[in-house]
Amino acid sequence: MNVDKELDARGLNCPLPILKTKKSLADMASGQILKVVSTDCGSVKDMQAFANQTGNPLVSQSEENGEYIFFMQKK
Amino acid sequence: MKKMALIATKGTLDMAYPPFILGSTAAALGYDVHIFFTFYGLTLLRKDLSDVKISPLANPAMPMPVPMPVFVQMLPGMEAMATMMMKDKMKKKGVASLAELRALCQEADVKFTACQMTVDLFEFEKSDFIDGIEYGGAASFLEFAGDADICLFI
Repeated sequence: MNVDKELDARGLNCPLPILKTKKSLADMASGQILKVVSTDCGSVKDMQAFANQTGNPLVSQSEENGEYIFFMQKK
Repeated sequence: MKKMALIATKGTLDMAYPPFILGSTAAALGYDVHIFFTFYGLTLLRKDLSDVKISPLANPAMPMPVPMPVFVQMLPGMEAMATMMMKDKMKKKGVASLAELRALCQEADVKFTACQMTVDLFEFEKSDFIDGIEYGGAASFLEFAGDADICLFI
């Protein structure tokens, strides 16, 4: 996937991954892809909730070696 | 736009987090957020947050490294120690500091109102508080909360 911006949210706990995702999206253009890497297992449900409520689609999410990787498209 | 209205009434470290976590997150989700700080919650608006502490006393659910009888919990210095240990643990676990969360709220246009009555009651000075806050009473909170989608008393 073509990633336009990457956010390293490793080691951060609720609600920081969400707040930093919001900030990262702020200066991106519509349609661009943000990759977020988090180690907070709570962020799996929270990122889905963030996507549902803000309308920025969560294109994909996966887990790899205890890290959670999200691809979010700016609406 | 959805609206969330919170009342923050407590000034201990554990009770200081919910208003700032919910406030900053709701703002990130596009909510218009208003937090009304009254009684001990006013402490959360002071420039100096060092009065925000946690006590193991009368707090039996607080996880302790070793079991601690109540008469030990009340010894001088125990509150400071518990606060230091909790803050240290929060830092290790990547939990934001209160000052950081509060700043994130302000950056995201969360509105803070200090209860004027309690400011007078406790004889606080306006210079004790952070900038960018308003002072008001019950009517000003209700004006906003009246059509809020979420309203919580913390």
